[in-house]
Amino acid sequence: MNTDQWLGLVTGVLFGFLLQKGRVLRFDKQIGALLLKDMTIIKFMLSAILVGMVGILLLSNFEIITLSHKPMNVGGVLIGGALFGAGWALMGFCPGTSLGALGEGRWHAVFAIIGMLVGAAFYAELYPLLKSTVLAWKDFGKLGLPEALGISQWVIVPIFWVGIITLFFWFEKKKL
Amino acid sequence: MKWKTDDGGWSPYLAGALLGLLAIVSVLATTQLLGKTSYLGASTTFVRAAGILEQTVTADHVVSNEYFAKTKVRVDWQFMLVIGIVLGAFISSTTDKSFRLEKVPPIWEERFGPSIGKRAAGAFVGGIIAMIGARLADGCPSGHGLSGMMQLSVSSLVSLVMFFGIGVLASHLIYGRRTL
Repeated sequence: MNTDQWLGLVTGVLFGFLLQKGRVLRFDKQIGALLLKDMTIIKFMLSAILVGMVGILLLSNFEIITLSHKPMNVGGVLIGGALFGAGWALMGFCPGTSLGALGEGRWHAVFAIIGMLVGAAFYAELYPLLKSTVLAWKDFGKLGLPEALGISQWVIVPIFWVGIITLFFWFEKKKL
Repeated sequence: MKWKTDDGGWSPYLAGALLGLLAIVSVLATTQLLGKTSYLGASTTFVRAAGILEQTVTADHVVSNEYFAKTKVRVDWQFMLVIGIVLGAFISSTTDKSFRLEKVPPIWEERFGPSIGKRAAGAFVGGIIAMIGARLADGCPSGHGLSGMMQLSVSSLVSLVMFFGIGVLASHLIYGRRTL
């Protein structure tokens, strides 16, 4: 294995370890969140975002790393996002957690994994058609929230922090 | 707030914050060691894995497919990251005794019964739909939800709203609550 692959593997092991320790891999946690009964995965994701956001934006400010926004392709994001949401509810896993769930013994995740592999193969066949239709509607390109709103990221970050921490207090109060 | 859950897990706030640190270290490490900033993600690997599997049957078809060519079918950093997730979850769950061989998850069983066939069909169809969606949106809850949000990407914010909005709607329909 080359450096790329080793680094990926080590990072992935830590990623999987934290996903499992946070207890976010299970079907019941994912569907529990979508049924608005158990906010474990939301707490986990938002905590990661709050911490990661500060470090990553600082590093990019000092030009140590480069940001890599995914394009704001209107058709792709809206239709793709909706399809993902529907599929997620039925499957009970997302791509990353399906593998983690397999790792913690929830072997039925294997059906979800096979489904996603078939979905990826379908997508490769559908791509030429989608590229000239849904993906051709409107593309705002690689767009960050600060540029879109014309506000400094160091104004947006504190707003996210305050909003999300408030949400956390509310979750705890409601025992979600 | 407790740092440990009743079953020996960690507080989701703690585990999540540590994942945030891992994400920062990971972008630094990929930039320094590999010369290119890479962000945590998972769904592109499914395209590469599908390509690798298809290659064993019909190699020419994969080579000539525009999307496979664009994605580059190979075992890269993210591919190994996804493999690592399986290992990491295995290590964590076996060492804290939360590893369980589960046939059908409880919420599913409550709604659709203990049949493995039904669960397999739901997961398979859901998987196809979700992966087509993730590729269209160019990311999943890892790539958009975590990495994109950390960078304040507009596409990630909109994707996440769609993922959860439609997910909440669909799961209420599927798992049959009438609170909506």
